[in-house]
Amino acid sequence: MSNLRYSQVTPKSEYLNRRRFLAGGAAAVGALVLPVSTYAGAKLSGVTKSPLSTTEPATPFEAITGYNNYYEFGTDKGDPAKNAQNFKTSPWTLTIEGNVAKPKTLDLDGIMKIAPLEERIYRHRCVERWSIVVPWIGFSLSALLQQVEPNSKAKYVAFQSYYDPKQMPEGKHAGIQLPYLEGLRIDEAMHPLAMLVVGLYGEVLPNQNGAPLRLAVPWKYGFKSIKSIVKIKLVEKEPPTAWNLANAHEYGFYSNVNPEVDHPRWSQAKERRLPGFATRPTLKFNGYGDQVAGLYTGMDLKKYY
Amino acid sequence: MNKILASGWTKAVVFLMCLVPALLLGSGWYKEALGPNPVENITHTTGDWTIRFLLITLSVTPLRKLLHLPMLIRFRRMLGLFAFFYGCLHLTTYLWLDQFFDWAGIWKDIYKRPYITAGFTAWILLVPLALTSTSWAIRKLGGKRWQLLHRLIYFSALAGVIHYYWLVKSDIRLPLMYGAILLVLMLYRAIIWFRPKARAGGSF
Repeated sequence: MSNLRYSQVTPKSEYLNRRRFLAGGAAAVGALVLPVSTYAGAKLSGVTKSPLSTTEPATPFEAITGYNNYYEFGTDKGDPAKNAQNFKTSPWTLTIEGNVAKPKTLDLDGIMKIAPLEERIYRHRCVERWSIVVPWIGFSLSALLQQVEPNSKAKYVAFQSYYDPKQMPEGKHAGIQLPYLEGLRIDEAMHPLAMLVVGLYGEVLPNQNGAPLRLAVPWKYGFKSIKSIVKIKLVEKEPPTAWNLANAHEYGFYSNVNPEVDHPRWSQAKERRLPGFATRPTLKFNGYGDQVAGLYTGMDLKKYY
Repeated sequence: MNKILASGWTKAVVFLMCLVPALLLGSGWYKEALGPNPVENITHTTGDWTIRFLLITLSVTPLRKLLHLPMLIRFRRMLGLFAFFYGCLHLTTYLWLDQFFDWAGIWKDIYKRPYITAGFTAWILLVPLALTSTSWAIRKLGGKRWQLLHRLIYFSALAGVIHYYWLVKSDIRLPLMYGAILLVLMLYRAIIWFRPKARAGGSF
């Protein structure tokens, strides 16, 4: 088994681009040797601002944390904020395994030290036709994947959420199979925009937003950005994903934001920016086409929706 | 009880109660307290109350017979009109706040998206019932024909439940509950219908 070299899976322009902002974040490394508080609401220190941020105004904290799709805690948008209050995120164990040279098991402190923390203000487009702008705190998923050294059989990355029916009694009404599963192709996962998130608005991630660790994949519909991750596995075949298992006709593996491909039950041409009434045209790849369109060269995005 | 039901005051109180969901939405709108996605909130609230009022209207006949409260009939027209009222608010929310009167898009939706087709059907079926809800219309049509026409409410309620069932993403508990209630209300009618006429004439 030969190790997959990082340069083989990432276009050089993005590779260099990532280096540039990782260097920017290096100043924050000093702060990371201090003990990190990891309860919801605690301020995160040593966070640098990322050049990958949009200049659009961020959605207010109350809207981001009061309007959530997190079916383990209920299917109403207001349920997670109520029902996730006592969710235990500490201790937490994240395992990274599969086709890697150096599998890893990390606790919360280990997770916070994977890479310097950055604030990245990303657009977030839900498949339900609403969108928000979120100042996430975290780092590129690639920083973690590089540390475990994926080999040549690592073609996809599978993610699994935490699921405990005792702590998440509403989960049995979710109507989808739990634990929640998600997946990315390795080149998507290695893309610098794909982000592991530990906080928002300068604070440790609130429970209802997927504490303590979630993804933010801004060019895909929100449900791809899996919450409360406990397992990451590098695999050879396209892994099963929760919404695709529930309804393959409506939710594809890729689920890139695409105004040209309708959801079977509604058009995806427009979105409503929350909070409020105003709608705006939805942008292909949620406006991140310049950075990510190259990942899908030659692919029929109507077929691979 | 029949005396209370016969009072004009009771009718006024019920009328005001039926308005409460709309008034709450109105005050929420005014105070900007409808949450981050007010359009979704208004759509869901008005849709829920449309189905609820359809089912309440459909339960008037079984309840007045089972509870021996014939006076309940005084409320049936009002309840049915409230179903239409909330249905109109629901449709207006879609046309205005969801689609901003983009008629091309709306037409495509009605024709292309089964859940919109079902919802629109449910509303259309209520229009002739609302138009013929006056005493004058009953006289003009004659009791038999009027009654036959107003059986359209069964199909409207069924279309409404299907509309709801088809639009939810995965948690189907509420549409199933409304469907189950509708089934019970229709089973009652089926039993009455198929009972030997001689017996039905006596006790009911």
